[in-house]
Amino acid sequence: MKQKKTLLIIIAAMLTTVLTLAGCQAGTTGEKIGTVNVLGVWGGEELASFQAMVAPWEQQTGGAMGFSGTRDLIAILTTRIQAGNPPDVAILPNPGQMIELAGDKKLVALNTFLDMNKVKQEYAQGWIDLGTVDGKLYGIFMKADSKGTVWYNPKVFQENGWNVPTTWDEMISLSDTIVSSGKMAPWSVAIESGEASGWPATDWIGEILLHEFGGKVYDDWVSHSIPWTDSRIKASWEKFGRIVLTQGYVPGGAIAALATNFVDGSYLPFEDPPKAAMYYLGAFTQGFIADQFPDLKAGEDYSFFPFPAIDPSYAGAVTGGANVVVIFKDNVTTRSFVEYLASPAAQQIWVTRGGFTAVNKNVSLDAYPNPLARKAAEQLTSATIFRFDADDNMPSAVQKAFWEGTLAYLQNPSQLDSILANIEATAKDAYK
Amino acid sequence: MVKAFPGVFSRTRRQDINRRVRVLPWLWLLPALFFIILFLVYPTIETLRLSFMNQDSSAYIGAENYQHIFASSATRTALLNNVLWLVLFTVLATGLGLIFAVLTGKVRYESLAKAAIFIPMAISFVAAAVIWRFMYAFRPEGFTQTGLVNAIGTGIGLEPIAWLVEHALPYIDVLLPGPLHTNNFAIVAVGVWMWTGFAMVVLSAGLKGISTEVLEAAYVDGANDWQIFWRIILPILSPTIAVVGTTLVIQALKNFDMVWVMTAGNYGTDVVATLMFKEMFNFHNFGRASALAVVLLVAILPVVLINIRRFRVQEETR
Repeated sequence: MKQKKTLLIIIAAMLTTVLTLAGCQAGTTGEKIGTVNVLGVWGGEELASFQAMVAPWEQQTGGAMGFSGTRDLIAILTTRIQAGNPPDVAILPNPGQMIELAGDKKLVALNTFLDMNKVKQEYAQGWIDLGTVDGKLYGIFMKADSKGTVWYNPKVFQENGWNVPTTWDEMISLSDTIVSSGKMAPWSVAIESGEASGWPATDWIGEILLHEFGGKVYDDWVSHSIPWTDSRIKASWEKFGRIVLTQGYVPGGAIAALATNFVDGSYLPFEDPPKAAMYYLGAFTQGFIADQFPDLKAGEDYSFFPFPAIDPSYAGAVTGGANVVVIFKDNVTTRSFVEYLASPAAQQIWVTRGGFTAVNKNVSLDAYPNPLARKAAEQLTSATIFRFDADDNMPSAVQKAFWEGTLAYLQNPSQLDSILANIEATAKDAYK
Repeated sequence: MVKAFPGVFSRTRRQDINRRVRVLPWLWLLPALFFIILFLVYPTIETLRLSFMNQDSSAYIGAENYQHIFASSATRTALLNNVLWLVLFTVLATGLGLIFAVLTGKVRYESLAKAAIFIPMAISFVAAAVIWRFMYAFRPEGFTQTGLVNAIGTGIGLEPIAWLVEHALPYIDVLLPGPLHTNNFAIVAVGVWMWTGFAMVVLSAGLKGISTEVLEAAYVDGANDWQIFWRIILPILSPTIAVVGTTLVIQALKNFDMVWVMTAGNYGTDVVATLMFKEMFNFHNFGRASALAVVLLVAILPVVLINIRRFRVQEETR
């Protein structure tokens, strides 16, 4: 009898364990929402904002988000996919990589569970097309940023009687004026970013190329219909070189530009006394400035002017970037998470914190915390010519060659031709 | 039948023992051999095979990968940098280790000094690289320096140097060709900082192994410190120096973490290991990455063979 009793207890224990385990699993049958592992590039202030954005989802659903942030996203993501351990969700800074991953069949198509009518209502067709590969929606664009913003200190400009330039030539003569005033250097340029060093320089070159040669040449450049050694591309590089390499334009010269981190570079125009007058970087810079100088008022102490026109027929052109959310695993947790991120309510949270332009149309302009953020959002939506950031749309090998090329160019400007030939060789290999 | 042909079917006790003596060692080795084959031999052969295939390992393309990497300037830079590491890192670490071993042997606070010099070996390469990244931090002239090295430099009136970016030699602004750049020297310095402790400890043990009778005899014969060092200590120590040297050479060729964390291989500091990493994970080109791995293997092979030969000689004299 004792044996029978023991047997019954054992069976009961096993059944309980099995049932509890079954109950704990978040399967596609509509079970509990668990932890979602997210891989992205954000750190510091941007990460804090993302976590604030996700907090209501965590409270409503009882789920949790684990975030891994790295600037070395491409390498880490590739390693994890190879190892069979991809994150649940990844937030990519470029659609180029999303297209590669979709082609490799690593991503889950979002149109299988998202309400596509709602998506079509909330997102401009252009953004939906950007996230579509082979007719299926693989990515939702979340955080957009205009990249055509030059940051400056309006009070300093006013004190010195400097005018905001509207054309490239005006900007150059302003730079010369500032140099001769001896008060500060006209430009802050900072392109260090760990493994991705060089990307701010590629933003410069892309912006210059768009403004000087227009959308068609830009598209040909990105799709490699024209070679990197084309004279127009070379001219854009040299214009960028004009800013960094001219004596006195950047404090510390090209070496300082190479060695300074892009976040630290944004502080120079707003320090007391200011060390530089202008800093070109995307609209997300507002977040860095607000974080470092919480007492400064947006619009009064720091503001941006649109990148000046080079060829008047392309005035009002804007390059921009956006982060795209993709998922690798299809389950209740990831579905709920992505639906939340795509919603206007979620995007509004980061909008109010600053440094974020929502892609979702239904986020009202009033949600933007200050006129500056609203100005950045409007620049994006009212652009006459809009192009996605160039290097983010290229294959990763070409993007890396582009980044490294800018580093080599600043260190050795006379080598520009061989640098471009090098990138061209990589591109020939990569685009086939 | 057994009784009819005694020589064929019966085994003598001697044959039994012989067989056991021959077979048993291999049985003991089997587990270790299994792991070595699985984790060392098989991956090496597979890497060799992949180096002759294309980007996603779907077709054979012969020696095209090797042609490409030897023609590319990036590989040339990386190879030259590896040579710099090989020579400078090994010589400096061994030399400094020897000097420290001799000097610490003469003071009363020997263990304290040795511990202080050895401590960098206790931290991981990545941690050391992160620490020194902060130490080498650069801000332009006129700004307050955040990096310790530049803070000291500007404190005594010199200009700040971007240690991890600059190619020209510091303060004298001379640009040397090839791998002889300031940023390479800066990263090698970090490697030396880490490994001198190891060299010192091994050489110190070797030093203590020198019999005092020989040294006393030399003193009595009228040799001064310098002569004792060059004519007696060094020759006796040469096997130990060889051990340290070969370990450091292998370390120099393997080096990845320090370069990756400090500069990500940018600014001309690439080494073969970082190049291989980039080919593999950034460009998804498994063929070229494998080819680079094979190149590295071939470069290290002679050093390993020297080590093995020395080991054998040592075993024979035992």
